Amino acid sequence: MDTFNALMHGFTVALEPTKLLFALVGVFLGTAVGVLPGIGPALTVALLLPVTFKLDPAGSLIMFAGIYYGGMYGGSTTAILINAPGESASLATALEGSKMAKAGRGGPALATSAIGSFVAGTIATLGLAFLAPWLVEIAVKFGPWDYFGLMILAFVTVSATFGDSPLRGLTSLAAGVTLGLIGIDRLTGQARLTFGVPELLDGVEVTTLAVGLFAVGEALYVASKRFRDPEEIVPIKGSLWMTKEDWKRSWAPWLRGTAFGFPIGALPAGGAEVPTFLSYSTERKLCKYPGEFGNGAIEGVAGPEAANNASAAGTLVPLLTLGLPTSATAAIMLAGFQQYGLNPGPLLFAERPDLVWGLIASLFIANTMLVIINLPLIGLWVRLLAIPQPWLYAGILVFAAMGTLAVKASVVELSMLFVFGFLGFLMRRYDYPVAPMVVGLILGPMAEAQLRRALQISLGDPMILLENPGSAILLGLAFIGLVAPFVMSGLNRFKASED
Amino acid sequence: MNQDVTTGRADRPALVVALLLLVAAAVVARDAYSQTITSNYGIGPNAMPYVVSVVLGVLGLAHLFVAFRGGLPKPEAVDRNAILWLTGGLIGLIACIGLGGGFIIATAIVFSFTARSFGRQALAIDFGIGIVLGLAIFLMFSKLLQLTLPSGPLEHLL
Repeated sequence: MDTFNALMHGFTVALEPTKLLFALVGVFLGTAVGVLPGIGPALTVALLLPVTFKLDPAGSLIMFAGIYYGGMYGGSTTAILINAPGESASLATALEGSKMAKAGRGGPALATSAIGSFVAGTIATLGLAFLAPWLVEIAVKFGPWDYFGLMILAFVTVSATFGDSPLRGLTSLAAGVTLGLIGIDRLTGQARLTFGVPELLDGVEVTTLAVGLFAVGEALYVASKRFRDPEEIVPIKGSLWMTKEDWKRSWAPWLRGTAFGFPIGALPAGGAEVPTFLSYSTERKLCKYPGEFGNGAIEGVAGPEAANNASAAGTLVPLLTLGLPTSATAAIMLAGFQQYGLNPGPLLFAERPDLVWGLIASLFIANTMLVIINLPLIGLWVRLLAIPQPWLYAGILVFAAMGTLAVKASVVELSMLFVFGFLGFLMRRYDYPVAPMVVGLILGPMAEAQLRRALQISLGDPMILLENPGSAILLGLAFIGLVAPFVMSGLNRFKASED
Repeated sequence: MNQDVTTGRADRPALVVALLLLVAAAVVARDAYSQTITSNYGIGPNAMPYVVSVVLGVLGLAHLFVAFRGGLPKPEAVDRNAILWLTGGLIGLIACIGLGGGFIIATAIVFSFTARSFGRQALAIDFGIGIVLGLAIFLMFSKLLQLTLPSGPLEHLL
């Protein structure tokens, strides 16, 4: 098979000693940063992006793969041990995981999450490897109108799946799209919304926005209510290893979680939230020990964790084959690609197969490394969790400043970081999701470019969007997705959002 | 938790968001209107801003509606001191870089002020830790990654 050969070729790239080293460094750094409370995978990737600046594209993307998976793994460690999920995808894990930790079964909880992540990640990466070439073949037939429809659909699903109010999700998205307008128009050279500030001509950096919203915003938010809820680390007691019973109860949830996570992650819908909660409720129903659910059932950790990791690999499908980011992490990874002048999509598979397949192969490697280094190193990660909160957030802000200065050493850039930080703080306070804003910033200009290309071909006739079946269907779906939540919940929505 | 739904009074935060969105819509539209370059084919660079402006306007009106129907979720009380220290640290960072103080001192300012805002009462010690941390990062970036961070008096001594 072609795919098989391509993948094998990818392995020859990824197994070079230097590339292996990059993967190892990525996994290590990703876990170390991801394990810190309050830092999810998106922020982990954003903070570590500058570190990969001077590497060659293949090396840095491989390091990225490690950082991504490492960050995910670190996030679930935090969720289990201090019941502080760094992101919504770990919420389901935290439910049962923290209960297990409190009951002195933190070790098996971490083990089932690590091994489950490995199983799910491996299956999902296989899915990615075999689905991607097939999707690429479809994607090359896509016209700009189809891409535009796809992006509009992603806009709607991304803002509707994050958070519980479509209005606040859409507002966050619109803010991101507005920021995306800033800078020089790529087609005509017209400066937009720059207000005469030369630093704004290049547009707003995705990393600056992400780091501002996630890191600075989170720090302000936690500081503002710090006297309220002190976080407690549950020490790991007893054996790290899973008993035979644990294995028996874990393997099916791993597979079911993967079955939920990968397809949903691969859809241009985005978000690991849906599959993790689907998995959680399924395991709850299927569990043979119903009394244990709510008190630390291992199925409740194994399933959602597998779903989380599988959907993370799933989001790479639209990212690599269509260039479509459907999560904040994917948006930042896309920014990472762009910094090398690489545009993910069907062309990248044709032009740089070594790079794409090297990346996919290194996902397998990163996954394997994670399970090998993380179980023995769990003691080290737990110690990282014990960093006193003042130093932890002080350190996070230092890294935020470092990352921003490494991209663009200017006062304007730092001021943007500051403004985005306050914005992120206020958005958290009033329950606006921040992820759609990051996606909007990077996807907005892409959607605009596709729309303008489509209208150039049609000589300005907007009907082209509805005359092509592909774009018509996608836009129709987007419209339904946009209207459905308002129609279905009707007036109750306003009461429901009050809670 | 609260029964504001029935009081009928406007929710201030929602009103502020509505106002901000409407202002943003106006700014985007004005900027699009004052553009000088037009495109010969298809649509020009001002089309998307107009669309965005309309969307922002609609969202603003929706918030106006929400303001009278329960408003936004009510947030918890804020620890003002913590926010002030953290803000001070960030402004100190920007000022230090802007005035040529260099990365290391800027790091120390952010580090110590943030730690203070999270309740530590050891500003001087934390400032020292910040200096060491900044030095380590600066050396790593300049020697290992060949990236230059902003230099000031301390960095020039290296």
